[in-house]
Amino acid sequence: MIDVLYFAWLRERIGAPKERVETDAATVADLVTELKGRSDAHALAFSDMSSVRVAVDQELTDMNTPLAGAREVAFFPPMTGG
Amino acid sequence: MSVRVQSEPFDMGEELQAFTAAHSHSGAVVTFSGLVRDEGGTLSRMEIEHYPGMTEKALTSIRNEALTRFALDGAGIIHRFGTLVPGDQIMMVVTAARHRADAFAAAEFLMDYLKSRAPFWKKEFGSDGEGWVEARTEDDVALNRW
Repeated sequence: MIDVLYFAWLRERIGAPKERVETDAATVADLVTELKGRSDAHALAFSDMSSVRVAVDQELTDMNTPLAGAREVAFFPPMTGG
Repeated sequence: MSVRVQSEPFDMGEELQAFTAAHSHSGAVVTFSGLVRDEGGTLSRMEIEHYPGMTEKALTSIRNEALTRFALDGAGIIHRFGTLVPGDQIMMVVTAARHRADAFAAAEFLMDYLKSRAPFWKKEFGSDGEGWVEARTEDDVALNRW
């Protein structure tokens, strides 16, 4: 089981801040493919991956990252702090 | 001060005074404070979302990187989340160094990094409707100079 977190407009489009996902996905990209199949809202949220960033276990990373041992994966748009 | 993430307002004068008192042997202290713009009167409020847990880690790691790269005696970051209105302070960074060049450079470094590497997202509400603030390519370009 992996906790999948969503922030900003990804959270709004998916309609939830978090969901628990049973998955055998090997990488973040594989997980995204699975998530897109969950609902139209998921498919829309992940339709333009150029504006989606990912953190695995709270470390900023990229879509090729392996998920072995990961507990938490977060998807969000490019950050706008400061 | 090191790193603080909070919804409550902060008093920049008090924070600066405490930081300066703790770095009384430094020759230079630089501060930067970011405020909510009113966008010509069209913005009524801003909501800042963040990723609790990761935010503190990311800010700590950005601060540690600044301490490694520059000849600093200290550095601090405060960043707010939640609902803010025009004129509110969103965040501040403060650096202390023996000489001003390191203090200025480190403050800019901290700002450039926390703009696009700290998990905050801003949503604006105003007379033009509401919308998420989009990241600017200049912010990514700004990272490349370090």
